[in-house]
Amino acid sequence: MRILSYFLLCFAFSHTTIFVFFFSFFALSANLSSFSSLFLPISASKSHFPIDVILLIFFAKNKTLRAMEEENVTSSPSTPVHRLRHRRRSNEVVMDGDRVNASPLLVNDRNKYKSFMVRTYSTLWMIGGFVLIVYMGHLYITAMVVVIQIFMAKELFNLLRKAPEDKCLPWIKQLNWHFFFTAMLFVYGRILSQRLANTMTADQFFYRLVTGLIKYHMAICYLLYIIGFMWFILTLKKKMYKYQFGQYAWTHMILIVVFTQSSFTVANIFEGIFWFLLPASLIIINDIFAYIFGFFFGRTPLIKLSPKKTWEGFIGASVTTIISAFVLANILGRYPWLTCPRQDLSTGWLQCDADPLFKPEPFALPAWIPEWFPWKEMTVLPVQWHALCLGLFASIIAPFGGFFASGFKRAFKIKDFGDSIPGHGGITDRMDCQMVMAVFAYIYLQSFIVSQSVSVDKILDQILTNLTFEEQQALFVKLGQMLKDKLS
Amino acid sequence: MQKETAGDAPSAPTTRVRHRKRNSDVGAGAGKPNGSHLLVNDSKKYKSFLIRAYSTVWMIGGFALIVYLGHLYITAMVVVIQIFMARELFNLLRKTHEDKQLPGFRLLNWHFFFTAMLFVYGRILSQRLVNTVTPDKFLYRLVTSLIKYHMAICYSLYISGFVWFILTLKKKMYKYQFSQYAWTHMILIVVFTQSSFTVANIFEGIFWFLLPASLIVINDIFAYICGFFFGRTPLIKLSPKKTWEGFIGASITTVISAFLLANIMGRFLWLTCPREDLSTGWLHCDPGPLFKQETHVLPGWISNWFPWKEITILPVQWHALCLGLFASIIAPFGGFFASGFKRAFKIKDFGDSIPGHGGITDRMDCQMVMAVFAYIYHQSFVVPEFLSVDKLLDQIITSLTLEEQQALFMKLGQMLQEKVIGS
Repeated sequence: MRILSYFLLCFAFSHTTIFVFFFSFFALSANLSSFSSLFLPISASKSHFPIDVILLIFFAKNKTLRAMEEENVTSSPSTPVHRLRHRRRSNEVVMDGDRVNASPLLVNDRNKYKSFMVRTYSTLWMIGGFVLIVYMGHLYITAMVVVIQIFMAKELFNLLRKAPEDKCLPWIKQLNWHFFFTAMLFVYGRILSQRLANTMTADQFFYRLVTGLIKYHMAICYLLYIIGFMWFILTLKKKMYKYQFGQYAWTHMILIVVFTQSSFTVANIFEGIFWFLLPASLIIINDIFAYIFGFFFGRTPLIKLSPKKTWEGFIGASVTTIISAFVLANILGRYPWLTCPRQDLSTGWLQCDADPLFKPEPFALPAWIPEWFPWKEMTVLPVQWHALCLGLFASIIAPFGGFFASGFKRAFKIKDFGDSIPGHGGITDRMDCQMVMAVFAYIYLQSFIVSQSVSVDKILDQILTNLTFEEQQALFVKLGQMLKDKLS
Repeated sequence: MQKETAGDAPSAPTTRVRHRKRNSDVGAGAGKPNGSHLLVNDSKKYKSFLIRAYSTVWMIGGFALIVYLGHLYITAMVVVIQIFMARELFNLLRKTHEDKQLPGFRLLNWHFFFTAMLFVYGRILSQRLVNTVTPDKFLYRLVTSLIKYHMAICYSLYISGFVWFILTLKKKMYKYQFSQYAWTHMILIVVFTQSSFTVANIFEGIFWFLLPASLIVINDIFAYICGFFFGRTPLIKLSPKKTWEGFIGASITTVISAFLLANIMGRFLWLTCPREDLSTGWLHCDPGPLFKQETHVLPGWISNWFPWKEITILPVQWHALCLGLFASIIAPFGGFFASGFKRAFKIKDFGDSIPGHGGITDRMDCQMVMAVFAYIYHQSFVVPEFLSVDKLLDQIITSLTLEEQQALFMKLGQMLQEKVIGS
């Protein structure tokens, strides 16, 4: 009942998008028809359920997609490309919507039904695929993050490349991928080394191989980097120096941006899917509600970089994001699948002792809440207070990632980072705010939530990588004795 | 040392360029092994070389004094060098016309510089800072809480710089501002990686800073000398004055001198002891098995004509051979990178801080590559060799508090238990 009451609360804000999000998530774990009959005032009977739901989803997707394409809107599209025509039409829709007028929405909806089909289709696939992967587990989410980052890197590598210079430099593409592979080995080796070691059992051949690799991990990555460095210098061609150095610097900047955020994302995933799912959802919710509030109330422009964003949209979305952070943390925190950390690279079900962060505590509502409010006290998971901070960051600072990407596209006169996702642009267009959020979530997690200090980690690392199993046991016994002597 | 700074066709008749042209003549003339060229040119250039010799002597003298003073002063020297290097590089690709329209932009660079310095030195010196303030209760608590939230502090500083950058984006200046932003990041990465690794090496023992730096200097000097006397075949198009003979001769000399230098330096406790805190006094320590002398009996075929029957070798000399190999073969690529960069952006020198030599970055380009390698080599091959159960126990007792020790104990027990169950 609690869950349903929270749903009604959210439903009061908007009947479109949160419904869509939770519909897809809970469809996996609840009876489809019973849910829909509760939440669809539009469809009177169960027999009409599928068509009405689909229409509702399409309507919701329109708003979702229009919100998502705010960042892609540019000043004056010149070539009559199919996608640009969509964006121009949605520009007009947004400008009309500045006057609080419901009719343009329906009118334009019928006209653009066919053209939005493409965007809706891809959004549906994205969200559906995302939910499926979350269901399947940590390792699959990591694989998805890796695949996303490969595509992002490919988009960005190709962005500032000039074809005539490239023809004179045959190996430049391979050099970029060499640095990419080195960065991937370095970053994921550091993060997953402990869990990789835990996956192997003590006496196998692989254990010795893996611990050896972990021990010399930094040296191996450095060797690969130096090989790339020398390769770069030996392929410097006269009259192409400036282009080659520019590409070299560009490659480094891409790899730093892409790998920082993806490595932090993977580190968050292995601390518990909750710490990946919550920040990502908050960014999506912030985007969607910024669009909705701008659509209905938008009047004062926010920043010159993105002329379609408004202060009303920004503030409305901030309030909504913070509230939904509080609510979402409560819902997501009840599932051990989402809250348990994973200590190795297995894919099975997780059992763990619930962290005190996720144990419900009663919280008496303060006295100034009015009398008609039915609940006098709520059960609050302590993690919800942390979620408030995450929500605050997601609404106020994360949009600057979007501004950065818009400014970058204007500076280099590009329309989109790529065109992998039909109707949305490239993957980087979708991930720009997520990147800033992922880094913040990791640093927040490590500084304020995980209580282990850096030195304990370092020494533990040293023990596990440099000593054999017997030596580790000997150390363990000696340490135990020493602590016992100290305490007694 | 000045072969790297020679340009193709100096056009402006400044004193430095005239020096370089004359030196190029010497370099080209020395292609023929002719002794008279050297003496003839030497008398003409006696006055002009005086400036270079003067600055070199001052550099080496100041360097020796600072090594004598100790770890903290060497670190301070490294920090000062890196501030000057960053300033040179920041000013390099700046265009004054655009800069007039962006008032707070230079300040932004120094904001990122300060953030990077806090992050990098905080990580490296955190343990030693804690060890220094242990007696004083208030400072101890302040320092430990700063270290705990160190990453969060640096991140919030970075994000405020990021937000500042976006809020100061000006129409029609986007491309310049984004390029400057990327350039700032690249500079800070290059400068701080190598200087942080240098400082980490210093606190492991001045030996691990002094030896790689000396090897680079020796490699430079002998590359010039061998090229001067025997140089014939050019080495690489990027630096037309470098020759294969100079390269090979310098390699051999560097490897041999690495072996000998390690022996000489390894005998001084001041150079081989690690420093556990930020004090400046004299050091006493057990240097470790690396620096204990071992006697090797020379094999029979050498001892016939060689006067000594056996030699004492410090095990560290074998490591020094690897360092020497890297310094002679791979570190010069740092110089090639800098030359290529200067050609790409059509600059003569990175700056003009050092009279006769160019900027600080000109002198430090090979050192940077070497410092990173020395750190990684030390962490990968020197430290793990001599880690034992007792040494780790010692580390646990000295650097962790009681609660941390208990946490470590529990975690270790958990992991060992999982391994036993799994096998």
